[in-house]
Amino acid sequence: MMANNVMFLKSSPHFQDHDSVPKIMYVVIISLLPAIAASFYYFRLKALFLYLACLLGCLATEAIFLKVRKKPLNSLWDGSAIITALLLAMTLPPDLSLELAVIGSVVAVALGKQVFGGLGHNIFNPALVGRAFMQIAFPVAMTTWSAPVTLSLDAVTFATPLGNLKFQDAISQGTLTSLPELLWGNIGGCIGETSALALILGALFLLFKRVIDWRIPAGIILSLSVFTGIFWMVDANKYAIPVFHLLAGGLLIGALFMATDMVTSPISTRGAWIYALGIGLMVGIIRLFGGFPEGVMFSILFMNTFVPLINRYTRPRILGERRQA
Amino acid sequence: MKTKTFPRGIHPPEHKHGTEDKALEALPAPEKVVIPLHQHFGAPTAPLVKKGDEVLLGQKIGEAKVLFSASVHSSVSGKVKAVEDFNHPLGKPVQAVIIRNDGEDRISPELQGHDAPFSLSPDDIRQKVKEAGVVGLGGAAFPTAVKITPPKDKSIDTIILNGCECEPVLTADYRLMMEYPEDILKGAELDRIATGAKKIIVGIENNKKDAFEIFRSQNPGFAFETSLLKTKYPQGAEKNLISALLKREVPRGGLPFDVGVVVQNVGTAKAVWDAVSQGRPLIERAVTVSGTGIPDPKNLLVRVGTLFQDALDFCGGAKDGSNMMIMGGPMMGLTQWTTEVPVIKGTSGILAWAETKPARERACISCARCVTHCPMGLVPTQLMKYIKHDFLDEAEAWGALDCVECGCCQYSCPAKIPLVHWIRLGKNQIIALKRKKSA
Repeated sequence: MMANNVMFLKSSPHFQDHDSVPKIMYVVIISLLPAIAASFYYFRLKALFLYLACLLGCLATEAIFLKVRKKPLNSLWDGSAIITALLLAMTLPPDLSLELAVIGSVVAVALGKQVFGGLGHNIFNPALVGRAFMQIAFPVAMTTWSAPVTLSLDAVTFATPLGNLKFQDAISQGTLTSLPELLWGNIGGCIGETSALALILGALFLLFKRVIDWRIPAGIILSLSVFTGIFWMVDANKYAIPVFHLLAGGLLIGALFMATDMVTSPISTRGAWIYALGIGLMVGIIRLFGGFPEGVMFSILFMNTFVPLINRYTRPRILGERRQA
Repeated sequence: MKTKTFPRGIHPPEHKHGTEDKALEALPAPEKVVIPLHQHFGAPTAPLVKKGDEVLLGQKIGEAKVLFSASVHSSVSGKVKAVEDFNHPLGKPVQAVIIRNDGEDRISPELQGHDAPFSLSPDDIRQKVKEAGVVGLGGAAFPTAVKITPPKDKSIDTIILNGCECEPVLTADYRLMMEYPEDILKGAELDRIATGAKKIIVGIENNKKDAFEIFRSQNPGFAFETSLLKTKYPQGAEKNLISALLKREVPRGGLPFDVGVVVQNVGTAKAVWDAVSQGRPLIERAVTVSGTGIPDPKNLLVRVGTLFQDALDFCGGAKDGSNMMIMGGPMMGLTQWTTEVPVIKGTSGILAWAETKPARERACISCARCVTHCPMGLVPTQLMKYIKHDFLDEAEAWGALDCVECGCCQYSCPAKIPLVHWIRLGKNQIIALKRKKSA
């Protein structure tokens, strides 16, 4: 007889790999570290306090919801609430007051994720829901920028590269932010979005770990480049060169870390292309013709709404299936 | 050397080192065999013996009454103790003939071989295969006589010998290929004659390179090709193997017949040869007994009807704490609740290990790994959601019935969702609904 009479019965398969949802989430958190480090460098304690405020807001809200919904409390440490907190903080202006950051965090987790049923059930990227709420509720605070400490400017207010482009006619004034500055991130903007290099470094790690689908950033970059490129070729004195649009503002953090959120992006590869091309196009339209200098957040949220529909119409071809002519 | 393969799939740990170098060893016939009268895809057989009857080795004890069935033979000589329901590795108890072995192996006179098997007509070959109760030994136990009877409107051009053994841990097919390459090829040649096919292709995975070399060096006096395939799961799944070797796609809901192919497991080919050349019924098969719960893992030639317990005892008995026993491989095998269950024609492995608490299931995060790995091109997570919420029409439209239950989706699911379980449930519900409608 088998020594233990209690036999374990289950259906196949009996092998599983060792990856898990929390492991994936912590890989994403690690990938954010270079950009977080850059934000500490450029904005020092202001950044630190924003991260702490968002972590507090997100984790506390998550814990309350888990408790009320009678879900296992250790889901708090599945990493998803931490990602929401980090991503939200990274997209906040440096001088934002901390209570507003906490309010935004509560909204992000509560309305962005938990009301839908928690991780995996949300339609929108939670961090962006929080940010969109803040943008509408606190419009002035969310668009007041200060220079990074590394610039040692005395100015109280300071323009972001995109704001400068849209409202101060930067191209004809010759004040358009240079590409090296955009790459390093020694510029105004949200604390975690300014350093393109740090963001790309983190994203390479994600691509290497196969946590994100390369098609999504590729599609966004492609359609934004083509769209802004057409206008740039028509009138280079009025429209910025595409690479400026790729490096400025929240495009990279959005394309690499937010649009690629597994839960709120399409399942199939064809779907990923449709979704990504749509986001890039929307960003281009808003930046060039909208009332806001930046459009990444709304573009991603807008395309998030289409994900269920995209999934429905982009079912992959089944082996042996003949497509209708 | 360039290897062929199919799109998607997974690379589970192989764990074949424990047994791959161990030659097939005959498990001594046990004192008692329990031979279920239903061991195959199709209808059960009707018993030909009753309690108290004397039976001979190889004597037919269960008669296949319809086309989709396979006769059952005694694997020992001795006295019938009972004909009654007994535990079956597929779960439900099945009527079985329980025989006390007299240890003399008195051979039934009805077994007749043939001196020149290749001169037989296709019908004669099929008849002998049918008489011998040969079924597919890869696991599904599809009656082989049916498999080598192509419908009149289909012409078969290729016999594929499936030497992939892509399931982790199992090495029984590998040993058969190492030790009986000639018999296997001759069986395939009989299949070729029976189906009127033009060629034979032997597909072997890259991790069994020496078996590949042995086959390449064979010179049986007829033509065949040997093809090296990438080591990837489920390389040996019929439709994926056909796509890898021939770049043909079996249509949805279709059979390999539809693209002119018959796929046969290497063990089955040997059984075909034994049946036709020696008149030997399928009463013995190669079984890998392995897993971390087995002190002395082995590849065994086991008589059909041997209880798992006898095979385990021969391999040192299951270790303390082994609480999981599987018939088959770790990807598609069936867990067993008792060791008092007989080896059947479809038993490719008996595996035992200690299973710890299952990983915690979480909500789907739409990571799409199940989609990236599904060899059939399905969206397992979507199927799971449809089936969970009773959208059976949608589940069917999204290919629930195309699922081969290989387990790639669940293997790679980071949320540890029992995807295969859900899809299997949905398949059963869809089929039941169809039956109801057509009734």
